[in-house]
Amino acid sequence: MLRFENVGLRYGVGAEVVRDLNFAVAPQSFQFLTGPSGAGKTTMLRLMLLSLRPTRGTIHIFGHDAATLDKDAITAIRRRIGVVFQDFRLLDHLTTYENVALPLKVMGRSESGYRAEVVELLRWVGLGDRMNALPPVLSGGEKQRAAIARALIVRPELLLADEPTGNVDPSLARRLLRLFVELHKSGTAVVIATHDLTLMDQFGYARRLVVGDGQLKIFEGDSP
Amino acid sequence: MTESPPPSLPPASRLKRDMPLIPSDSIAGRALVVVIAIMTFLACLTAGGAILVAEASQGWRADVSRDVTIQIKPPPGDDADALVAAAADIAGRAPGVADVRAYSKVESEKLLAPWLGDGLDFGQLPIPRLIVVHMQSGHREDLEPLRAALAAGAPGASLDDHRLWLSRLDTMADAIVAFAAALFALMILAMATAIGFATRGAMAGTREIIEVLHFVGAADSYIARQFQGHFLRLGFKGAAIGGLSAGLFFALASLASAGLSRSPGGEEIAALFGAFALGLAGYGAITAICLAIAGLTALLSREIAFRQLRSLL
Repeated sequence: MLRFENVGLRYGVGAEVVRDLNFAVAPQSFQFLTGPSGAGKTTMLRLMLLSLRPTRGTIHIFGHDAATLDKDAITAIRRRIGVVFQDFRLLDHLTTYENVALPLKVMGRSESGYRAEVVELLRWVGLGDRMNALPPVLSGGEKQRAAIARALIVRPELLLADEPTGNVDPSLARRLLRLFVELHKSGTAVVIATHDLTLMDQFGYARRLVVGDGQLKIFEGDSP
Repeated sequence: MTESPPPSLPPASRLKRDMPLIPSDSIAGRALVVVIAIMTFLACLTAGGAILVAEASQGWRADVSRDVTIQIKPPPGDDADALVAAAADIAGRAPGVADVRAYSKVESEKLLAPWLGDGLDFGQLPIPRLIVVHMQSGHREDLEPLRAALAAGAPGASLDDHRLWLSRLDTMADAIVAFAAALFALMILAMATAIGFATRGAMAGTREIIEVLHFVGAADSYIARQFQGHFLRLGFKGAAIGGLSAGLFFALASLASAGLSRSPGGEEIAALFGAFALGLAGYGAITAICLAIAGLTALLSREIAFRQLRSLL
């Protein structure tokens, strides 16, 4: 599904931020991407999302060499990926419902065609009574759930989440993580960037990709 | 145990708002509406002015081209009135002539009064005598027989067909229209530049929105269409304000010129610009300019947005 081969990235003429990345994300797999702050977790997620081009090495995604993809092909690939940002990135002038429906809307689907799906998902993540609220009036946890719902609405084959539990209390963090586990069980490959060791310990079966000093070490999870 | 029914779907009216993805209430948007309104107003004034001059010049040309003048320089000792009568008689019998009017000596002297002043004794001056010949329409080129007949029957009479004056009128009217066209093109160029800056500004201001749209799978063409829609609304608003103002200006100017035309100064203005009434074609041109400017705003912003988006990952 996703494979990095000797991938390195530098900004300008500086030192490489990440180097010699070699790993693969298999279909229906579950992994944490971890490491200290500033180690390069977000950079790796952006590389996976094809919003950064590596300065060396090759990224293969869904059977394509990312270097050969044009903008339209990148768009098509992004429609198969769900992404949750650390800072939510909800559009403040759209309601929770409109934010969650956004990926379907940009695909050209009609509102009447996706309304039931979006409402069902919003109820599932506990935002059934906040559908018409604008993001500025949502709490941190509600924003986080809306951002997660937006990533899930297209039933992605690969889910990338950057510190999805970073802004919520431990109890809500566990509930949110259960959403990802549910998604994983339904067949989606999940990559969650976090430095919350306690959280990772609760999912011992998950693989851990540990990035530090720009390099990556992989620890396979326990058998479930 | 009875199973509770699934919660019903909220009505579409409660959920669907169709908010534009690019927020429209930005300061840059309002500034662009003002710029487009001013530029549209000036462009419509320029176009309207050019139409007025072009229509008026056609009127001058039609009037002048149907008149020719016979000028008689009275030879010393000869009877000028007899020469004038002979020339008028010849002109009256020439083909294509609709009407002949011979100016008397007093009338000819009055024509010179504005330049030489009143109270001058014209009796001592050899005042040329004039005969205005009004041609039937379409007989402008039938002057050679008249010229030949005058040379034979009225020595000292010369025929002036105003060819030089007409060519100067043509040149002047063409120059005014060309100048207006160049001015119009410069205004459109200035407006296009302003739209370019505004589009880039709007894109910089909505960078985060664009990034989110990209990440959720929006194609560049989809995002560019959002900008196109946004700028079409702004362009239409600005063009409507500018076009309506220009239409109002011409309507008021037409009313004012109708009032002024009764004064001597008004007659001169009316001679230059006609009745200052734009007419249906003129107002049609203003409407077309407004629609074209709104369309241009949308197309330009889409093109600029599309190019900018292509450079982003």
